[in-house]
Amino acid sequence: MNATRLRIRLFTLACLIAAIALPFLAPTYYVQFFAKALIMGMLAMALNLVVGHGGLVSLCHAAFFGLAGYVLALLSPRYDAASLLTTFPLAVLSSAAAALVIGALALRTRGIYFIMVTLAFGEMLFFFFHDTKVAGGSDGIFINVRPEIAIAGRQLFDLDKPITFYFLVLASLVGVVALLTMVVRSPFGHALAAARDNERRARSLGFPIFRIRLIVFALSGGLAGIAGYLAAVQFGFVAPQMLGWHQSATVLVMVLIGGLRSVTGPLAGALVLIGLEEVLKAHLDNWKLAEGLIIIAIVVMLPNGIRQIWPMIFGSSPEVPVDAGRAEAKHGAAEAGHA
Amino acid sequence: MDLITVSVQLLNAVQYGTVLFLVASGLTLVFGILGVINLAHGAFYMLGAYLAYWIVLMTGSFVLAMLGGVLIAFIIGMLLETVFVRLLYGRDHLAQVLLSFGLILVIDEIRQLLFGKDVHAVAPPAWLSGSIQLTDNLSYPVYRLAICVFCLMVAAAIFFVITRTKIGMIVRAGAENREMARVLGIKFDRVNRYVFAVGIALAALGGIVIAPISTVFPGMGDGMLILSFVVVVLGGIGSVAGAAVGALLIGLTDTFGKVFFPSVSSILIYLLMAAVLVWRPSGILGRRDV
Repeated sequence: MNATRLRIRLFTLACLIAAIALPFLAPTYYVQFFAKALIMGMLAMALNLVVGHGGLVSLCHAAFFGLAGYVLALLSPRYDAASLLTTFPLAVLSSAAAALVIGALALRTRGIYFIMVTLAFGEMLFFFFHDTKVAGGSDGIFINVRPEIAIAGRQLFDLDKPITFYFLVLASLVGVVALLTMVVRSPFGHALAAARDNERRARSLGFPIFRIRLIVFALSGGLAGIAGYLAAVQFGFVAPQMLGWHQSATVLVMVLIGGLRSVTGPLAGALVLIGLEEVLKAHLDNWKLAEGLIIIAIVVMLPNGIRQIWPMIFGSSPEVPVDAGRAEAKHGAAEAGHA
Repeated sequence: MDLITVSVQLLNAVQYGTVLFLVASGLTLVFGILGVINLAHGAFYMLGAYLAYWIVLMTGSFVLAMLGGVLIAFIIGMLLETVFVRLLYGRDHLAQVLLSFGLILVIDEIRQLLFGKDVHAVAPPAWLSGSIQLTDNLSYPVYRLAICVFCLMVAAAIFFVITRTKIGMIVRAGAENREMARVLGIKFDRVNRYVFAVGIALAALGGIVIAPISTVFPGMGDGMLILSFVVVVLGGIGSVAGAAVGALLIGLTDTFGKVFFPSVSSILIYLLMAAVLVWRPSGILGRRDV
């Protein structure tokens, strides 16, 4: 293990300790705020599996996010708590299944067509909840009682407490990061990156590219579902806007801010963007105008995300050079080829 | 369902399809020639409708609103190309998606600063109001017929310019093989600016002509953007003829879907798109190698 890697490990550990200590130090408002930010970070990381590692720009991930929320809302009894242990897997599986179907159709196309087709299918789900009376139509639907985690009738945690909920989110986040890291580093992940970097070569090496991408798309949809379920629990409310393409695009901005080539980068991107929105909302009436200009500036000036700020300020990069991830991916692709 | 209702719905479908074609042809031109995917296209459609409302309010003339709205949109398009869009040539689709998304937020806020959040109605010009008796028991609003005729004229003009003129030749050369065309001495900097501005003007024109039969409201561009995308995907990217076919198909599906299956009509067009994609992933008139 070289010095850089050690430093990254230490940094990760420090972040984790800070995240665990936070609810004991910060006021409740910030605990809830960070829970929301971490949930959006989870969604951004899920999306980045497809966009950053797979090279496929999807504009329908909000649909998988919102679908899981709707599944929880529809399964929740009106005046009683739903069981988390049954609704959670069902919600996540629904999202993954929707992603599997949409992916099977959308992955027949490439590049710009893929973007448009995912956008359109995402809107189809949006209109399904917006126009039909399935779950409150355009008004959305309330989840009156938060789901409970109970074994043999005994309640284990009380999700009404912001701190308990925060730790549930944090634990899910750690699980998602671990899973994503495993996937990206596996031969499967290397094959995915190989297909992104040079599709023709990967195909000629015999990788079943369509199947790999489809599995990744469904997995990513399922992970987006985890985030959507948690978001629905936190807010106790789901509405069609949760599935809208503006939401998908916002998450894509988080991915870009954080950088495309790492697992946790989008999490940092989500924290930055949500923090930025919070500050802008507090100080400006027309905060969306400022946000739009900032997004444009980021796209123009930081095509590789906020990591680029370091070399801009300090001259040279103290950590990973900007395109290290790419080199690593290429190396990985070669490795997977031998496997 | 009797013949009269079917005829009226058929006219509605054609009218809807022709407006859709205007907006989608702008989108497909900008993509086919500049290689830029512009999510802000719907925002300019909305802007067109608001400009129409504002100019009619100021001058009382719908014709002035059409001329003025298109001109303003064209100028905005020239400016935007010069300042922002040129940064996107050759960048990946992700950068284009996000920059145009940022642009949507900016346009939407500026619209709110200028025109507020209210829903508005625009009156059609007096000489186009009322209905016309087509057959003994079939009457149809004159304004809707006028939209059909006008949009078909614009479509014919677009086809004429692209297939028969020198400008069209340059534009087609740029879409086909930009490097080769550049070597042959075509200055694309200027061509790009005009193409982008024309694309924006077409979006705004769609918003202007639709304003008198729909209401003018803040989120109106969103629906149109998604529909234009579906049209472009159906027809094949960069193909103006494809956009025409796609727009007509969507017009028919949506209009008759609303009549026969009102609860799921908004989903029908996506099912149509899915079916076309299974059959031809690059669209009806698209090139196969996409």
